[in-house]
Amino acid sequence: MEKTAGKMSVTQRILRKPITATLIAIILGFIVAAIVLAAAGYNPIDAFSALFEGVFSKPKYISNTIIKAAPIILTGVSVAFAFKTGLFNIGAEGQYIAGTICAVIVGTTFNFPAPIQIPLVIAAGVIGGALIGGLTGLLKAKFGIHEVITSIMLNWTMLYLNNFVVYSDAFHRPNSTATFPINESGFTTILGNWKLSDQGLDTLSHVPWLSDFLVKTDVNIAFLVAILVAIGIWFLLYRSKLGFELRAVGFSRDTAEFAGINVNRNTIMTMAIAGAISGLAGALTISGIAPHAISTLAAFENYGFNGFSVALIASSSPLGCIFAGLLFGGLIYGGQSVQLAVGAPSDIINIMIGTIVFFVAIARVIALLADKLEKRSEKNHA
Amino acid sequence: MLNNLLLLIGITLMYSTPLVFGALGGTISERSGVVNIGIEGMMTIGAFSGVAVSFLTGSAWLGFLFAGIAGGLFSVLHALAAVTFKADQNVSGIALNLLGPGIALFGARLLWDGSTQSPTVQTLPKIFGENAFAGTPWANLNVDITVVLGLVATIAMWFFLYKTKWGLRVRAIGEHPAAADTLGINVNRTRFLCVIVSGILAGFGGASITLAIISQFTQTSVAGQGFIALAALIFGKWTPHGSYGACLMFGMAQALVVVLGGGAIAVPSQILAILPYALTLIVLVLFVGKAVAPAADGTPYEKGSR
Repeated sequence: MEKTAGKMSVTQRILRKPITATLIAIILGFIVAAIVLAAAGYNPIDAFSALFEGVFSKPKYISNTIIKAAPIILTGVSVAFAFKTGLFNIGAEGQYIAGTICAVIVGTTFNFPAPIQIPLVIAAGVIGGALIGGLTGLLKAKFGIHEVITSIMLNWTMLYLNNFVVYSDAFHRPNSTATFPINESGFTTILGNWKLSDQGLDTLSHVPWLSDFLVKTDVNIAFLVAILVAIGIWFLLYRSKLGFELRAVGFSRDTAEFAGINVNRNTIMTMAIAGAISGLAGALTISGIAPHAISTLAAFENYGFNGFSVALIASSSPLGCIFAGLLFGGLIYGGQSVQLAVGAPSDIINIMIGTIVFFVAIARVIALLADKLEKRSEKNHA
Repeated sequence: MLNNLLLLIGITLMYSTPLVFGALGGTISERSGVVNIGIEGMMTIGAFSGVAVSFLTGSAWLGFLFAGIAGGLFSVLHALAAVTFKADQNVSGIALNLLGPGIALFGARLLWDGSTQSPTVQTLPKIFGENAFAGTPWANLNVDITVVLGLVATIAMWFFLYKTKWGLRVRAIGEHPAAADTLGINVNRTRFLCVIVSGILAGFGGASITLAIISQFTQTSVAGQGFIALAALIFGKWTPHGSYGACLMFGMAQALVVVLGGGAIAVPSQILAILPYALTLIVLVLFVGKAVAPAADGTPYEKGSR
């Protein structure tokens, strides 16, 4: 009797760890994708090895994976931050677009030297995102309109606003479906000019991996910024008074209100900060990645929605978002090679991500299961 | 003038129909207490499977029927997560919105040699037959049969919810599941069924885009209509008739884009396209306010809780 109880508690302890549920969800995502691939007549093992080779086999691929991961780490942190205060930021997509629009408008209009231009372009994106997020928070706080509804409406509003800006006379680049690129002084590509200069190419030719990593890709500061922001948000949440208040609101609005915390103000502020982070992601994409412009959107590019998946996988931990973002960056970037190598539609990656999110959604059941097991064993002992 | 007016009415009816099915799907699910932001994904599944079956069998009606079945089957995932496993309904809805397009595009590329765009397929008939009133302005009113089906579905849903005992039960579960439970109504089974019905309706909605408005499946054929349907549901205060009216309004906003787009009034089409979304927010701020959703909407039911 004693022995079984001991065993149970180990299982319970493992089951209770959030990471367990997440890992199970990821494994199930791969299994479901394998089944779908097999059913469609493709060899899942070949497909997955193409996926991994597409991420790890060349320095260039690793570089591109990191580049892809950076914006969704940021949108992930944005969603996770809002989650912690009990808010549901599916507006990250629209906030991201707002960030790209503002960055392009400011980046093409002004042409200051880089030390002024870069902060200006990025600040424009941050403010754009913060305004959209803040509006969502305001409508929730003042009018009681659910943030999910506002977010959905604003996402589409931003998509069409993007298309409007693309085709407005001031920004449209003739004979294209895009705007003019922002002025070069606003680029945040790392060693952008040096690596393509004769001297740079010459130096890099001695270090092939670095050359592969740098030259053929748009390596930029976004990943470093994303890590800093993730750490910063962690500090804000867990080491500051504001963060304590925000989390208190997340635990229980009524209790927080009773404790004298201004819930409405916190709601607006949370959404504004979350929006700012997503807007930052947008601005960094514009400043860091060619073509440094926005183009017509027929559908969402899913930066925000992928951020949502990232936050879920990371159980809303800002630091966890870094790893989850890299995982998703790898899936999305490596997924392209699946189509090239095996011929299987790359949409399998979306099925995989959807499956993972689905199982994360129901994974909380596992923790509940652990609770039940515990109660039962307590009862047995009593 | 008459021509333009009839054109506006015709296009309004045409564009509002997919929204009507989607919004009715949302209505039945949310009245039973299950938030369903997965309508978009379910509509995409319907849009694809309708075209796929019409492509393979040559029968648009079979396609339409199958779109409903596929939507219903797909929605079982949401029902399992939201009702059986009591997961966060928003998260599960988002999972469906990721899965739906993923599955649809995967299937499309398999069927149509790596392209996400299908060839044109057999579509559903118009109400007065193919060439009725050809050449006259009245031809604009020869709308797709789905327009009529959408209206019938709305009336049926209204009758079901407000005039039958099953409808009363659904509404009771959405407002106060514990009370309904004490009266012997099986809360979770009813919710499960309501979510499946919502999937079937959303599937029809998707097919009424691809088998009536356009005659093929493309990557962007649904493009957010599931979300507008949700907005219509809120606009219509979670009632079938209110949603229908809201869908007509959104349909008209889209029709205006078409009618005014090439015409004398110089409003850029991208700005007109924002109209439905901006309108929703403005109306929510001005008129709707809070607390019209079913009281238990979004909360999983735990037996024994109060």
